[in-house]
Amino acid sequence: MDFLNALVVFLNFVFIPAAAYGAQLALGALGVTLVYGILRFSNFAHGDTMAFGTAVVILVTWGLQAMGISLGPLPTALLALPFGIAATAMLVLLTDKAVYKFYRVKKAAPIILVMASVGVMFVMNGLTRLLIGVSEYRFDDGERFIINVRDFREWSGLPEGLALRSTQALTLVVAVIVVIALFYFLNRTKSGKAMRAYSDNEDLALLSGIDPERVVRMTWIIAASLATIAGTLYGLDKSFKAFNYFQILMPIFAAAIVGGLGNPLGAIAGGFLVAFSEVAVTYPWVKIVGYIAPWYEPSGLMQLLGTEYKFAVSFVILIVVLLFRPTGLFRGKSA
Amino acid sequence: MSDQNASFGNRGNRDASVVNTKGMGTIDGTRKSGPVGAGRAGDPFLIGEAMTGGYGKGADILNDCTIAVEQGQIAVIVGPNGAGKSTAMKAIFGMLNLRQGSVRLNGQDITALNPQDRVKAGMGFVPQVNNIFPSMTVEENLEMGAFIRNDDIRHTMQQVYELFPAVAEKRKQAAGELSGGQRQQVAVGRALMTQPKVLMLDEPTAGVSPIVMDELFDRIIAIARGGMPVLMVEQNAQQAMNIADKAYVLVQGANAHTGTGAELMANDEVRRTFLGG
Amino acid sequence: MSNTRQSAGYSAWRAPVLFAILAVLFVLEGTVNNTMFSGSWNTSLAILNMGLLSAITALGVNMQWGYAGLFNVGVVGFLAMGALAPVLVSLPPVEGAWQAGGPRLLAALAVGVGVLAIAKLVWTRTRSGIAIAVILLAGFFAYRFLFDPAVIAIENNNPARHGNIGGLGLPVLLSWAVGGLFAAAAAWAIGKVALGLRSDYLAIATLGIGEIIVAVMKNEDWLARGVKNITSIPRPVAYEVDLQNNAEFVAVAKDWGFQAAEASGIWVKLSYMSLFLVVLLVLILLAELALKSPWGRMMRAIRDNETAAEAMGKDVTRRHLQVFILGSAVIGIAGAMMVTLDGLLTPTSYNPLRYTFLIWVMVIVGGSGNNWGAVLGAVTIWFLWIKVEVWGPALIGMLTAPMPDGDLKMHLLDSAPHMRFIAMGLVLLLVLRFAPRGLLPEK
Repeated sequence: MDFLNALVVFLNFVFIPAAAYGAQLALGALGVTLVYGILRFSNFAHGDTMAFGTAVVILVTWGLQAMGISLGPLPTALLALPFGIAATAMLVLLTDKAVYKFYRVKKAAPIILVMASVGVMFVMNGLTRLLIGVSEYRFDDGERFIINVRDFREWSGLPEGLALRSTQALTLVVAVIVVIALFYFLNRTKSGKAMRAYSDNEDLALLSGIDPERVVRMTWIIAASLATIAGTLYGLDKSFKAFNYFQILMPIFAAAIVGGLGNPLGAIAGGFLVAFSEVAVTYPWVKIVGYIAPWYEPSGLMQLLGTEYKFAVSFVILIVVLLFRPTGLFRGKSA
Repeated sequence: MSDQNASFGNRGNRDASVVNTKGMGTIDGTRKSGPVGAGRAGDPFLIGEAMTGGYGKGADILNDCTIAVEQGQIAVIVGPNGAGKSTAMKAIFGMLNLRQGSVRLNGQDITALNPQDRVKAGMGFVPQVNNIFPSMTVEENLEMGAFIRNDDIRHTMQQVYELFPAVAEKRKQAAGELSGGQRQQVAVGRALMTQPKVLMLDEPTAGVSPIVMDELFDRIIAIARGGMPVLMVEQNAQQAMNIADKAYVLVQGANAHTGTGAELMANDEVRRTFLGG
Repeated sequence: MSNTRQSAGYSAWRAPVLFAILAVLFVLEGTVNNTMFSGSWNTSLAILNMGLLSAITALGVNMQWGYAGLFNVGVVGFLAMGALAPVLVSLPPVEGAWQAGGPRLLAALAVGVGVLAIAKLVWTRTRSGIAIAVILLAGFFAYRFLFDPAVIAIENNNPARHGNIGGLGLPVLLSWAVGGLFAAAAAWAIGKVALGLRSDYLAIATLGIGEIIVAVMKNEDWLARGVKNITSIPRPVAYEVDLQNNAEFVAVAKDWGFQAAEASGIWVKLSYMSLFLVVLLVLILLAELALKSPWGRMMRAIRDNETAAEAMGKDVTRRHLQVFILGSAVIGIAGAMMVTLDGLLTPTSYNPLRYTFLIWVMVIVGGSGNNWGAVLGAVTIWFLWIKVEVWGPALIGMLTAPMPDGDLKMHLLDSAPHMRFIAMGLVLLLVLRFAPRGLLPEK
């Protein structure tokens, strides 16, 4: 039994990819959950907001690269991120003013906002296509690996290699910083608490002197920032293709609901739960089993489901969680 | 109801994965306040005078109704179900449009102010239901109560905790997890955090046990004796009149009887009709 | 309050006038040749046929949304479910496929369903999570043990041409009904779970199931060859080639002043159109009858006031499940008809934006709860969807004409076809804002 090699393979193919993917999902789900908690609808345009933000980041990255500006070992996209966030926040605030505000003032039923978000989704989808087209782009530059397979093998003497791509490490670091900042904001600052108060009880918040429009503006800005960051990290880690950002909406919604809609902590837990399950269920375990139990010779790949069905995993988790805990893992607002 | 709101009827509002109806507001926060006028000589501290009006474009619920409260006193509004007790209080708080009458507080005419601005003008209002932020801790609830203040709120918070020692012990707990009586204490405490000039309570004892009710009344008396006028709508007429300096019996949105608590308790008609003998 | 508003300001002429305007657009498309229209009857009828199929889909969605207020975002999945039917029912059998692994495959699927049924039974009896986990895990491995070899055998059977299980060789019209049944079965499964939860989670559940069904269709080659596509699905109408070789037909076409090639295309499309119209009208008739029956009145009563209906002893969840299954069946029928019209099944084309959300635009624009509105909205939006792809570049071309040639101009011209997404979004937003009840409001 070769535990060390098994561990290395596990880290390399399951843990690190799942952690990075989980962080991306968590950031996406945080945006969805905040909008759900405060604006009280599930934003179908969130995936396309991510795509738009990422498209702007890519364009600015290209511009910076053309000007010869780079961040050395870090991807240039990091430098472009603030521009992407600013552009996305502007677009989202504009959308709010042009579309959502009207219904909010009228106290319209939230389902109308859901429908409106479908319209916004179409528009943003078109804008992203106009902006950057439908092709697939890779825009990571700088140092590719923090640990590469060859160095690791030489260092450890193990036959199995371990790679940590810089985009994966970057994803985790950025996600941790963003999450800490967000939780500090929500739990420690007056504005953040005002947002939570508004989410809990709109009327009482108003009577306490909290300006609803300011809360809504802050929510959109935060949601746009989270969407752009999540989208950029996802694009750096994998690649950018507008349609993929629409598809990622399903696991993001699943993560948000599994964690309990409206609950930021739940969104993070949900993101990692969905990501780890997806990777674990679609990973061929044959190699790891081979190290741990060499006497056992499995006939197949020991893969529970093909990777094509990773969406099914988030769906099954969702159903199971809802069957046993209808409010989500952490108590959400939706029960 | 607006056309937009009615357009889909009740469709889709059951689906918790897309809509969140919890905590949705009903007050129109966009209504702008009008100017503040001058009060009248000889006014009580707070008076809603000759108020006539109803919700939206509906029929009048209040008919020439007058409610007032003096400095340091407790005034209660009692009456049968549907008499417009809560409506009268909401009218004073600016939550419905008055066709006639005026509301004056502390020498100012505030009839044109919206509810938010009445809070700033010194009204502390505790709604009957949904009067706390359930997922926030007791302490955060109090902080939110003091949202409009920019000075140091610690002293006020300490006063609230002294007034309600039971919730002081649970200051780090989510308010939604507390018992009914404790939640009402949090709600009153939240309203006190603005350091209001007058405290308005809409049926503070609705749905709490008699023991808890007595304790709440004790606290309310303590608040009033501390110098803050209290205006309160009460379902439990007898207990309310026992503590009231002034009581208003409303019938069909109009003043039926007015007097000190003791006077009304002694009034045969009031006793027979509203106090059950 | 809502009822009085709904009937107000809606003239009896509104529907006929709007349908007439739409008809004029199709006639213009067929006769006038300029930047706006193609002047080809073939194009016009092709748009109309797909529009009619969209109308049937929208009708299904409208039954769920309009009658019961259920928000189904997995339309693409139910269409795909229906699309499998012509492949499995009316394609000729594949030689050797059944012998290779047919019985074993069926056994695997039976085991799969059986395991789920047992798990459900055990859960209701014992409420033991561990028992369920053991049953499901054991069941999963049993299923994979049966399933994997069968699939490999079938997919290795003449993979260049087939590699799928093949069909039954039955008439394609029959497969339309089967498509409805397939979609209904999927709807039953998903509705049973999602509608039974404490509050509905139908939207997210359908979003998920839609993705999964499309993923199955893309990746299970034994079923419908996956991304290798299925071609030559049998037709219920004549083939163009046969018509062109038919001397009598050519002669008649000449009398009318058409070339044989053009005439054969028009004839085929008219045949399809008649079939689709028959199905559409029958479905509308049934839907309207259902809506006016006691069942339909109860559905609307439940939709408008769930609490009251529940208090009166109506089983809301059960009614919702019923209407969800019925609506999905209609969507499934449309799915089967779509592949029949195309003559081929291309799983990669099942894009939720086009097959779920565009259908939603149609339903909302047409008027929630109004069957004729769904039809009007569907055909109108489909016409726009196709034409804006043409009008967009024309417009951009006109606007950029004074611009100097360069990258920006090229980029704008290249991306002009994407304008249709923006256009559809704007149409939906404008309707929601200014006519939220749609073109033909519910009566």
